[in-house]
Amino acid sequence: MTDLVERDVAAVTPSPASSPGPSSAPKSRLRSEAFARRLRARHAAERRFRLAGAAAVALAALMLVLLLGSIVAKGASAFLETRIRLEVTLDPAEVAERNYAVPLRRALYAQFPQVTDRAGRRVLNDLLSSGAPYELEAMVAKNPALAGTTQTVWVRADDQIDQLVKGAYRRDLPESGRGISDAKVAAADALLASGALAQGFNTTLFTAGDSREPEQAGIGGAIAGSLLTLLVTMALSVPTGIAAAVYLEEFAPKNRWTDLIEVNINNLAAVPSIIFGLLGLAVFLGFFGMPRSAPLVGGLVMALMTLPVIIIASRVALKAVPPSIREAALGIGASPLQTVLHHVLPLALPGILTGTIIGMARALGETAPLLMIGMVAFVVDIPHGLTDSATVLPVQIYMWADSPERAFTERTSAAILVLLGILILLNGAAVILRKIFERRW
Amino acid sequence: MSIQNQLKLRPHADDRPGQRSGADLPNKMTARGVKVFYGAKQALKGIDLDIRENRVLALIGPSGCGKSTFLRCLNRMNDTIEGCRVEGRIALDGEDVYGKAVDAVQLRARVGMVFQKPNPFPKSIYDNVGYGPRIHGLASGRDEMDEVVQTSLKRAGLWTEVKDRLREPGTSLSGGQQQRLCIARAIAVSPEVILMDEPCSALDPIATAHIEELIDELRANYTIVIVTHNMQQAARVSQRTAFFHLGEMVECDDTEDIFTNPRDERTQGYITGRYG
Repeated sequence: MTDLVERDVAAVTPSPASSPGPSSAPKSRLRSEAFARRLRARHAAERRFRLAGAAAVALAALMLVLLLGSIVAKGASAFLETRIRLEVTLDPAEVAERNYAVPLRRALYAQFPQVTDRAGRRVLNDLLSSGAPYELEAMVAKNPALAGTTQTVWVRADDQIDQLVKGAYRRDLPESGRGISDAKVAAADALLASGALAQGFNTTLFTAGDSREPEQAGIGGAIAGSLLTLLVTMALSVPTGIAAAVYLEEFAPKNRWTDLIEVNINNLAAVPSIIFGLLGLAVFLGFFGMPRSAPLVGGLVMALMTLPVIIIASRVALKAVPPSIREAALGIGASPLQTVLHHVLPLALPGILTGTIIGMARALGETAPLLMIGMVAFVVDIPHGLTDSATVLPVQIYMWADSPERAFTERTSAAILVLLGILILLNGAAVILRKIFERRW
Repeated sequence: MSIQNQLKLRPHADDRPGQRSGADLPNKMTARGVKVFYGAKQALKGIDLDIRENRVLALIGPSGCGKSTFLRCLNRMNDTIEGCRVEGRIALDGEDVYGKAVDAVQLRARVGMVFQKPNPFPKSIYDNVGYGPRIHGLASGRDEMDEVVQTSLKRAGLWTEVKDRLREPGTSLSGGQQQRLCIARAIAVSPEVILMDEPCSALDPIATAHIEELIDELRANYTIVIVTHNMQQAARVSQRTAFFHLGEMVECDDTEDIFTNPRDERTQGYITGRYG
């Protein structure tokens, strides 16, 4: 009874403060202690999640810094090479018979008059790179007037001397455990003291092909091989991939056949790359009899490998173009091909380019399939054509990493740095191209 | 005498289906027994409809009743939809548009379309309007193209607003301006029929009023079919109205008669707001 009366009173007197029980019940649940507790727990969960996320990012960044740091620390010194200063007298008779080793040795012995025995002179001979005579020859070839004169030349030092100067050997170890003889250390120290030993930028690293002698080895051949291979890959996979994606996305009827093709393309993208190498070996080398170790075959194999990546990326980019654009073009009587070429493709281009460049970057860093088609060869000459024997950067890194010489360790890291640099350039190009084409919106 | 008054003088009150002999204006398009299937689902169940020249025909009806489907049959935009099948006969000037002799590309140039959402190309205003004439080779040389673009933009009532910024992207315009740009783009090809699929549903009332005025002016030169959810709009812009319901065309009559004196009780129910 009282309840009724109260309600009646409340209905008559319009004061919200006096509104009783029933209407305040839903409010109180949102203000209750239990709700506040749950709210605190929800906020705490969010804080924990954010913290975990930040920690994950920090960990990833730390790993990257460690990786890059260790590569840079190991590889930076490879960009410098050690050279020896010699006062070389070029005897015209020796020049005539292209004997450049003798004048170099003569100049070196002149700096060490106290060394007269054969063993001592052999140590001195070993201070010079075996490529030093060729450097001198190239110099004279460029300027024949040098014959008969005395010149101050800086020639490459042997890799052991180079490494000694860079501090790679521990001088406190006994001779047997050090890897370099006391005599060589003494000779190098003497040259260093007289200022006849100095470091300069290592151009050999970028211009030369591979070599058994670390101080003469370079990645010039591998870079050329990589570029030639990539050229073939790009020329084949980009037009084919984009055409296939446009056809499948814009023209092909959706039926069991196209479904089957789509599934196969997706599967192909997940096939281990070595399988493509085996295919290249069996089909291109075995069946078609193409040359081994050639950028042409490497490019063909890489094209097969990147094709599904490009098709998938292009299809995603084409799918992202709003259908209203297609309708607009078709609605004023553009043919399906005009619709695609004038409107859809330009809008999808940034996405297609990004996918393509990522595919190219993958191809650039790929090793496994090339091992199968013989691009893992020791190639001294720099390749100039698609059928020349060649190797590529990642394979060069792999081969150098296997070499026992100490100097190859730093060159391996340097080559990795160069490869990373090219990849960064490629990805930068992707970003820039994306920006340029996106402005058209 | 204004065009509107001229048209009002023309008697077309007795212009009903079944009494077509009384029509004074020729039929621009005719539909007979049009059935549309999306896969196994039937969307239209035999539509008979006449579209009179230089008239605005409004298609009204609840969502999913098939009015947009019917509209898209008229210029074969349904061809692009996977699994869509059209039966029956649709004729433009007496010629079957689904016939072998008719090319869909040419048909869509003759029967233009304006879509629900303004969809200008992400290109300049000039290129938006000039695209149709360019691909169809309707303008030779720069001057002629400038002329076509200017005329089309003037007809669409957009010229004074954009004449100083023809090189700016069409997407930089406001929603209402974009829709008028799309209308300019459609009429730049000089179509004979313009199909409009809820052209004002994404626009504010002021922009809507603009477009409605424009439709009334365009009637002098074009035959217009407009799908709309807004019955006031149908009453304002159209001379004839067709009511669609569940894939059937329930009735088609003079707009005045449909709204004041509908013969079918479903029409009555819809226009009085009982469903839809």
